[in-house]
Amino acid sequence: MQEHDMSWVRTEMALAQAAPRSQVGFGAWVRKNLFSTPFDAALSLLAILALAWSVPHILNWLFLDAVWTGADRTACLTTEQGGQLPAGWSGACWPFVSGRFGQFMFGRYPLEERWRVILTGILFIVLLAPLLIPKAPYKGLNAILFFGVFPFVAFFLLVGGFGLRYVETPLWGGLMVTLVISYVGIVVSLPLGILLAMGRRSKMPIVKLLSVIFIEAVRGVPLVTVLFMASFMLPLFVPPGMTFDKLLRALIGVALFASAYMAEVVRGGLQAIPKGQYEGADSLGLGYWQKTTFIIMPQALKLVIPGIVNTFIGMFKDTTLVLIISMFDLLGVVKQNISGDPTWATPQTAKTGYVFAAAIFWVFCFGMSRYSQYMERRLDTGHKR
Amino acid sequence: MIYDPRVRGIVFQIILVALLAAGIWWIVDNTIENLRRSNITTGFAFLRGRAGFDISDRLIEYSSDSSYGRALIVGVLNTAAVAAAGIVTATILGFLVGVGRLSNNWLIRKLATAYVELFRNIPPLLVILFWYQGVLALLPSVRDSVSLPLGSYLNNRGFYLPRFVWEPGSWLIFAGFVVGLALSWYLARRARMRQMATGQQFPVLLTSIALVVGLPLLGFLAAGMPVSVDFPQKGTFNLTGGMNVKPEFLSLYLALSFYTAAFIAEIVRAGIMGVPRGQTEAYSALGLRSNLGLRLVVIPQAMRIIIPPLTSQYLNLTKNSSLAVAIGYPDLYAIGGTILNQTGQAIEVVVIFMVVYLSISILTSLLMNWFNTKMALKER
Repeated sequence: MQEHDMSWVRTEMALAQAAPRSQVGFGAWVRKNLFSTPFDAALSLLAILALAWSVPHILNWLFLDAVWTGADRTACLTTEQGGQLPAGWSGACWPFVSGRFGQFMFGRYPLEERWRVILTGILFIVLLAPLLIPKAPYKGLNAILFFGVFPFVAFFLLVGGFGLRYVETPLWGGLMVTLVISYVGIVVSLPLGILLAMGRRSKMPIVKLLSVIFIEAVRGVPLVTVLFMASFMLPLFVPPGMTFDKLLRALIGVALFASAYMAEVVRGGLQAIPKGQYEGADSLGLGYWQKTTFIIMPQALKLVIPGIVNTFIGMFKDTTLVLIISMFDLLGVVKQNISGDPTWATPQTAKTGYVFAAAIFWVFCFGMSRYSQYMERRLDTGHKR
Repeated sequence: MIYDPRVRGIVFQIILVALLAAGIWWIVDNTIENLRRSNITTGFAFLRGRAGFDISDRLIEYSSDSSYGRALIVGVLNTAAVAAAGIVTATILGFLVGVGRLSNNWLIRKLATAYVELFRNIPPLLVILFWYQGVLALLPSVRDSVSLPLGSYLNNRGFYLPRFVWEPGSWLIFAGFVVGLALSWYLARRARMRQMATGQQFPVLLTSIALVVGLPLLGFLAAGMPVSVDFPQKGTFNLTGGMNVKPEFLSLYLALSFYTAAFIAEIVRAGIMGVPRGQTEAYSALGLRSNLGLRLVVIPQAMRIIIPPLTSQYLNLTKNSSLAVAIGYPDLYAIGGTILNQTGQAIEVVVIFMVVYLSISILTSLLMNWFNTKMALKER
C-alpha cells in the first residue's frame, strides 16, 4: 500500500503554453498548405509559375494597357493597323463598351422612351428586394404584387398603351430582353413544372402518360431545337393570317423547356416526402388539393430549393440561345456590334465585348447561386435525414 | 357518386383527352391548310434531292451534288465527332479539377474553385464565341503560322497536324491491335479467377501493355512498314498536306470541354465526399497503402454516386453541341437549318432533329445505365 499525500491541489487552470515556433506563423502555414510532400511542392511551384505568368498579363490587358477613352476604332489600333498605339500592343478597348452601353442595355429601344424600361427595372428591384430579404414583412402581399400585378404593369410600360407610345418588340434588345425572357420563364415554368410533376405522380394513367411524354420529349432535345420549333412551327399551327410576335414565340419555347426541367426537380422533392405525410393528411380527411397545397408541396419545394435555383441559373444562361433565332439579348447585341459594325472593328473589340458580357452574366448567376446557398442554410430545420 | 374520386378521375381524363384531341385536330388542320397555301409537299422524298451547298468540315465523302440525306448524315457525324471529343476532354479535365478541389494544397484548391465558379456561371454560347472571335480569329495568318512541336502549325485557319497515311497492308496493324485487346481482356479474366482461387497474382497491366503495343508493332514490321507520315508543308498562301482541324471545331470543342468540365468537377467532388471517412480509416486499418486503398475501396464507392449525374452531363454536352450553328460549324442542327431554308420542309426537319437527338439521348442513357448496374452496390 502506498499513501498519497494530497497536500497540494491546483486551484486554477494552468496557462496555455505558446505553440512551438514550427507550428505557427506564416512559415508553418506555407509548409503545411503548400509544401507538405515533394509532389505537393512541385504542384505549388507549377501553380505559382503559371499565376506569375498569367495574372500580370490579364491585369495588363484589363487595366494598365487598356484604352479608356476614344470616339471610334482608331483609338484601339496600333500604328501598323492605322492607329497611334505601339506595334504589338494588346489591351481592352473599353470605349467600345461605354460607347455602345445604351445598346447593350436596351437594344434599339427608342432613346426618349428608355425611361419606361428604367422605371420597370426600378419597380422590379423594389418588389424583388423585400421578397428576398427573409425579415421584410408583408411577404404574401409582396408576392402577389411581384408575380400577379407586376407582369401587367411591366407589359404596358414596355410595350405601350394607356397613352404610352407603342414600341414593337423587334426594337427590344440587350440586357432588357435577357431579363424579360428569364422573368417570364421563371414565372411560367414554376407553376407549370409543379403541375407536370404532380401529373407524373398522378394515379390517373392518361394524365401520367401525357406528362411523361411531354417531360421526356422536351428534356431529350436541345433548347435550340425547341426554340427552332417555336419560331418555325408555331406559325404553321395557327390559322392563316394570325401572326405571333417573335419575342412571344421565344418566350413560349423557353417557358415550355424550363417547365420540363422544373418538373423533374419538383418530382425529386415529392419523392423524398415520406409516405407517412400522405397518410397523415388522408387521416385528417383532407382532399387531394388540400393535401397537396398544405402538407406535401411546402415540404417538397423546401427540399428542392437548390435544384429550383439551379434551373433558374440554367435558364438565365440559356436565354443567350435566342440569338440563334436572330433575336438580340445581351449576348446577341454584343455579337451584332462586334461583327456587324465597322465603327469599332478592331482586333481587340471581340475580346472586350465578350469579357464585358461574361462579367454581367457571371454577376447574375453567381449572385443567384450564393443566395440559394444562403436560403438552404436558413431553411434547414434539421428534419433532413 | 359525384364525390367518388375514381369517377371524378375518369371524367377528368375523358375531358382532358377530348380537349387534347380537339387541339391536335385544330393544329393539324391549320398546318395542312398553311402547307397547301405555300405549296409545300409533305413527306421525306425531299431527302433524295440535290443539296447544292458545300460543307467544309466533313468526315465522309460529300460534294454539293450529293443528296440532302447525305448532308444530314455528314451533320450527324460532325455532331458525334465534337461530342465524343468534348466528352473525353471534359471528363479528364473535370476529374482533375474535382480532385483538385479536395486537395490538401491550398493554392491548388483555390485555383480549382476559381475555375469551377468562373465557368459554371457563364453561358456556354458566350464561351464559344469568345474562343472563336476573341482568340482563334486573332491568331497570325498562314504566312506567319506559329510552329509547334512534331511538325504541326497553328494559324487563323485552324490547327495543322501531321497525318498518318495508311498504305495497303496496314490492316495487319489493326488486326494486331484487336487481337492484342482481346488477348489482354482474356488474360485479365484468367488472372482474376486464378487470384480468387489460389491467391497468386499475375502482372496483368505490364503484359497487357506489351500485347496491345507489341502485336500491332509486329504487324507493322511483318507488312513491311506500310505507314508513312504526311507533314503539313508551309507555302506562301496555304499549308498543304497533313490534317487540318478547323477553328470552328476547335472553339466549339474547347468551349464545351471547359464548360462541362466545371460541372463534372462538382460531381466528382460530391462523389468523393460522399464516401464516409470510416471507409478510409477501415482500409488503413486493414493495412492497405493509400493508392491501393483509393483504387479498391474509395473510387468504386465514389463512382456509384458519380455515374448517374455524369450521364446527364454527357447528354448536356451532346445537346449543347447544337450551339455550333452560332459559329458555322456544320453539325446536324446547322445543316438541318440550311435544308429547311432551301426546301421549307419545317416539320420533316424538326422531326429528324427530334429523332436523332432523342436516340442519342436514349443510347447514352442505356450505355450509362449498363455501366451503372455493373458498378452498383451488389447486396449479398
